[in-house]
Amino acid sequence: MPHNVKVVSLVSIGQHPKSGRARRGEQDGRAVELGLKLAGESLQMVHAGDDSEEALRSYLGMGLKGMTVLKQPTTGDAIPALAEYLSDNRPDIVLTGVRAESGEASGMTPFMLAEKLGWPLVTRIADIGKIENGEAEILQALPRGQRRAIKVRLPFVASVDLAADAARQSAFGPARRATIDGADAANVEDSVRTSWEEAPARKRPKRLKVVKAKTAADRFKAATAKSSGDGGKVLKKESAQEKAKAVFDLLVEEGVLR
Amino acid sequence: MSANDYDGVIRRDPRTEWIARNRLHPQHADVVAPAAETRGPSGLIRKNPHAVGFIGPNGLKRIDRLAGNGPQAGGARRGAKAAAEVELPLVTVDNPDFYIVAVMDLVGGRLSGHDKDVLGQAHKLVKDTEGEGAVVAVVFGESKEEAYDKAGVDRLIHIEGEAYEGYSPEQRVAALQAVDAMLEPRYWLFPDSINGGNELGSRLAAKLGERPATQAWQVDVANAVCRGGSERTDITRETPRLLLLAEECADPIDETRHAAQPIVLEAIPSAIVRIEDKGQVAVDPNQIPLGEAEFILSAGNGIHDWDQFHMAAEVLGATEGASRVAVDDGFMPRFRQVGATGTWVTARVYIAVGISGAVQHLQGIGQCDKVIAINTDVGCDMIKRADLSVIGDSQEILDELMKLVEQHRQGGAENAA
Repeated sequence: MPHNVKVVSLVSIGQHPKSGRARRGEQDGRAVELGLKLAGESLQMVHAGDDSEEALRSYLGMGLKGMTVLKQPTTGDAIPALAEYLSDNRPDIVLTGVRAESGEASGMTPFMLAEKLGWPLVTRIADIGKIENGEAEILQALPRGQRRAIKVRLPFVASVDLAADAARQSAFGPARRATIDGADAANVEDSVRTSWEEAPARKRPKRLKVVKAKTAADRFKAATAKSSGDGGKVLKKESAQEKAKAVFDLLVEEGVLR
Repeated sequence: MSANDYDGVIRRDPRTEWIARNRLHPQHADVVAPAAETRGPSGLIRKNPHAVGFIGPNGLKRIDRLAGNGPQAGGARRGAKAAAEVELPLVTVDNPDFYIVAVMDLVGGRLSGHDKDVLGQAHKLVKDTEGEGAVVAVVFGESKEEAYDKAGVDRLIHIEGEAYEGYSPEQRVAALQAVDAMLEPRYWLFPDSINGGNELGSRLAAKLGERPATQAWQVDVANAVCRGGSERTDITRETPRLLLLAEECADPIDETRHAAQPIVLEAIPSAIVRIEDKGQVAVDPNQIPLGEAEFILSAGNGIHDWDQFHMAAEVLGATEGASRVAVDDGFMPRFRQVGATGTWVTARVYIAVGISGAVQHLQGIGQCDKVIAINTDVGCDMIKRADLSVIGDSQEILDELMKLVEQHRQGGAENAA
């Protein structure tokens, strides 16, 4: 059910975690999917970077006629160009992924854009429900599978979590037929980054359990003992009510009863 | 020893030798008392077998080769506990030259392992920087943590209030900006976690105009090594002022105690709140993947009334789990199995009903915080693992528990109305 809102989905070039091949980003695909749900055909898709990148076609194969690419060199900073585009176009909702799949992947893009535009930012959303009277009802994904309802005024920036609906399949033919219009945009060199050294990821050392024992007997005990706690409270003789009360009190204290 | 502290030359002490020869000398006893270990004239260690040990109560000589670590009268466990409660040395920083501020996640009101790693990293940075530095921990909302001192907190800023409850990133960032203005910290450290650390850190970075290092896992004063996209690259860069630290970035503090002096912020400007928190949405607990469920009610061989068990899980709002036996017997589906062959769970609260605790099952619940056992057998392994054990008929206890929870819910509804 498309709403009458102007939605922009920002997409990046994804990267397969094992082969490293360029692909449709997992989270960005979900941002496009959510954008299609909200705005249907009128969704605008924007990428800042190289307009001849083939992986962009996999986003277009989701059912859009075209997209905008703000031309940037690989060493460019995408934020000024995107901020300029968004302040010119004034969409109601800007959707992004949480983190890019290649490069620095700091996940700062939505934060910087929200700061530059002066719009509120909602992170890690799973869904956008009703949009009424200039206010949107958002479902935010929390750790441990929990959800939180949030209300925020338009316009806003939101980053889409992996808990959102998965991106639909990309169709090859429509992806070929769709147009990519490259637009010239502000070109700011990312000068800080040139001094960084990038190398293939080293395997991180596993943390060892260091036993700080003074005697051989202690070390032996630490190496052989079962990993049991020091034994908690045991209720044996009390009545069933008292036992249930003890369990209940612990549940309340831990705050798991909702 | 004064005998050989000079160029390795062994020197005799004629006066001591003279006292040792003279049995009438008042210091004779001290000089000739057989020491357990002495250095011989050639520098070798000489052990006197007659000097070790002590005379036991029955007049026999006893030698304790365990150095006081053997089992004591009250059982080995109590002895180990007493040894564990050694007072750690207190480190105080009275006039710090600079501050390092670490913002804590405080999941469930307690410091998480990730939080403690971040504090450990803060102390590493303090040690490498010139001058005396204090580690300031900033915590928001209700805190149940008691061991801030042992986690390495020199100063504590505890910010509480209605404005900081629930999802309130704008107000929290305003508070952090006030902290920034007051302390002018050398470094800002955040845990790069989904429990709020990443979000707060990124928001503050955008506000302060800092470029943060994200997923930093090897940090010193000069350089920070960060994981890039898809965990495929390592980026080595100059250490910025604001860091989002990956898990296990440094070892937590465990050998010292710190003062954890509270710092009070004078006035925090209230931010314009444009994000309205409507509270958590009820999620069907059985839709949550078992591996990330927060609250699990798990059933084993001791359950006879399965309808009651399912009802109890629904009333409590817990995700259902099961031991291998319950799954093999066909009472629960395979994907509900907890343990080495099933799912390794990370619940905060795990209730094991009628599970005796096979090793494989205990491995599966190794990361759970609080384990509650309901069982008929006092001697089973689950009760040794559990923080609270209830011995008795599970059916009866679950019945009472459900009644209590229903009363609690109704009471809460009345209070709210």
